[in-house]
Amino acid sequence: MAMADTASPQAEQGLQLDKLSLAIHGTQILQDVSLTIAPGQILGLVGESGSGKSLTAFSVARLLPEGSVTSGQVTLDGTDLTALSEADMCALRGLRLSMIFQEPMTALNPVKTIGDQVAETLLIHRAANRRQAYARAADLLARVGLDPERIPPGRYPHELSGGQRQRVCIAMAIALQPQLLIADEPTTALDVTTQARILALLRDLVREEGMACLLITHDLAVVSQLADRIAVMQKGQIVEAGPTGQVISKREHPYTRALFAASAHQPRRAAAATQAPLLEVREARRDYRLPRASLWQAPGHLRAVDGVSFTLRKGESLGLVGESGCGKSTLSRAILGLEPLQAGTIALEGAPVAPEMGADLRGRMQVVFQDPYASFNPRHRVARILSEPFYLTGRPPDAEQRIAAALEAVEMSASDGLKYPHEFSGGQRQRIAIARALITRPDLIVLDEAVSALDVSVRATVLDLLAGLQERFGLSYLFISHDLTVVQAITDRVLVMQKGRIVEEGPTRAVFEAPRHAYTQALLAAAPRLVEDA
Amino acid sequence: MAGRGAVQLWIGAGLSGFFCLAGLLSLVWTPYDVTVLDIGNKLAPPSAEHLLGTDHLGRDMLSMIMAGARTSIAVALVAVGIGIGLGVPLGLWAAARKGSLTDEIVMRGNDLVFAFPSLVIAILITAVFGPSAVNAIIAIGIFNIPVFARVARGAALTLWTQDFILAARVAGKKSARISVEHILPNIANLLIVQGTIQFSLGILAEAGLSYVGLGTQPPTPSWGRMLADAQTFFYGNPSLAILPGLAIVLTVLGLNLMGDGLRDALDPRLQRSIR
Repeated sequence: MAMADTASPQAEQGLQLDKLSLAIHGTQILQDVSLTIAPGQILGLVGESGSGKSLTAFSVARLLPEGSVTSGQVTLDGTDLTALSEADMCALRGLRLSMIFQEPMTALNPVKTIGDQVAETLLIHRAANRRQAYARAADLLARVGLDPERIPPGRYPHELSGGQRQRVCIAMAIALQPQLLIADEPTTALDVTTQARILALLRDLVREEGMACLLITHDLAVVSQLADRIAVMQKGQIVEAGPTGQVISKREHPYTRALFAASAHQPRRAAAATQAPLLEVREARRDYRLPRASLWQAPGHLRAVDGVSFTLRKGESLGLVGESGCGKSTLSRAILGLEPLQAGTIALEGAPVAPEMGADLRGRMQVVFQDPYASFNPRHRVARILSEPFYLTGRPPDAEQRIAAALEAVEMSASDGLKYPHEFSGGQRQRIAIARALITRPDLIVLDEAVSALDVSVRATVLDLLAGLQERFGLSYLFISHDLTVVQAITDRVLVMQKGRIVEEGPTRAVFEAPRHAYTQALLAAAPRLVEDA
Repeated sequence: MAGRGAVQLWIGAGLSGFFCLAGLLSLVWTPYDVTVLDIGNKLAPPSAEHLLGTDHLGRDMLSMIMAGARTSIAVALVAVGIGIGLGVPLGLWAAARKGSLTDEIVMRGNDLVFAFPSLVIAILITAVFGPSAVNAIIAIGIFNIPVFARVARGAALTLWTQDFILAARVAGKKSARISVEHILPNIANLLIVQGTIQFSLGILAEAGLSYVGLGTQPPTPSWGRMLADAQTFFYGNPSLAILPGLAIVLTVLGLNLMGDGLRDALDPRLQRSIR
């Protein structure tokens, strides 16, 4: 099944995988994976979660769980890695092969300065003495774009933003000029504008240092912009591989076509928004008290939401877009009546929304969260999870039927109510979360990054489901997301939020086609797009 | 791999259940009356009449262990009960009101209790109110409260940030109800483990108090008193110390195993491995 990658002219240089197979406890994970990456080239390995992308990388670095059996050959600059002893591999990792991971928050040691951490990489491999190591670390940090004037090497990780931390991780990874850099979803946890800068940095570094780079991602737009070659992975096999432009334009394998179709999926939306206002937010302001800087100083305030006003109409899908920390989640919690406002009002059809509001009003608003794994009490069965909102309305006599109906509305079976959440996949769990939101027959559902954690194909089906439910039940959605393509696909109007303020508002299509505010323009410019004619 | 938790659970339940049953049985029957001394027959080795021999006052060791089980286990159980009964609600309350005055008062109150050496205060309490098993229970129990309050608060704090708690709040549930419905079942595993640790510490604390004469009063036997009494005879008759010591070790081991097993059995995510 595996297609042979076309042979590279410099067969000895870079990374070659030849029929790499992996089984863990007897389960076949990878099957005959063959790849070639030349120095200075980026290979984008694309696939959905569970397809074996990350385990391919771990097989190369030989960082595999116990019970793993591999076969095939991994060659890095002429060295057969599969033949090396564990001690030799240890010496090789970090020196000739290094990795960057998705979560820059956990990849750094919080009690050491960033300069120390970069220098440590050099010291471990005895590449320099202590003083040289620190000087080189400072150079490297400047090289990855951390200006020593603003971010000196003496800073600690918690003083840095997510993008800056990822830069430190990159500095550590390239410290010893490795021949292979493995980047596993390096920008998935970052905002779009940060993502664009980190990707540009990665591309420049790979070119200048002449590294081979294995870029693992689920985001087709990212690979289309960055990678020289693409390999598409499905169920542990490479189903299609080739130069980026060729893969994108030809899409020979049905799975590649399905993947591209899903990522550009536009759900069919038949529901029409009315003019009647449902939710009215007027001059909403939310302050958080900051800890006192000193004992006698008055505590400062952080204004998370700063004079926000908008109206959500009945049957409408309203998008709320902004980067992390812009106040969109705080605003959503205020709208749900979970947190008080310091000024301004929120009203649902004229009834004031506040933490002390009555159960009948509360029952008209429900929420779906981003993380399908944290959304449910792991000790409750699905039926009990779904019946939780009945606390607001009192358990109706036909509760059983309504639970079954809600499960069927999200295209699951009524018998799933007897199972525990861990028995379901991420996409199924998100369906359960939607079912829970539907059970009180609300008017408004707040979707807080509700599809961001899902694979593209799953995301497409959940978006279809949401569009269908809106039509069937006359729901209004407040769709909060940092993902512009999703917002574009499912909303009628969009609000752009920056630093607690709404900076632009308008019909989704108009805002995306002709953004007026500079921030909206920057967001749209930074968002990765599929490069069709690369 | 499969069923390891279940094996632990059953071994643990068997061990601790055995000693609990022995204690219960001693309420209605022991081989010999532990209040009757038989000095002529003191320090007898194990025999057909006295399966585990006799102590320095001629009492049957088997009967002593059985009756001692009753006191020791009851003291420790009630003390842990006080700790869980008061400490866990306090901890949950503090976690639900994180950063508020309530939280501060509860947690600083805990610190205050922690700041005193527990056994010294227990000695003080029993010295003031008179040495008895009941006062020993109260003294040990009070020092269990902050232990459970801290464990409960710490574990609850991480749960409060999770989305399913937010979902429950969207469903209009008040923090007390969320604590009982969502937080408590998810921290139960920690509480069970902590409970078995505190239980064993309780038996030891009771032994310590009885050892200095402030716990269980003669003629009621307890494992701690038996250990204390055995001290003088340790060279000649080590079995007098070894037998109650072994009883303590086995009970605590049983409880720890049971705690681990229960933790696995109560977690639906691990249930497949237990069946």
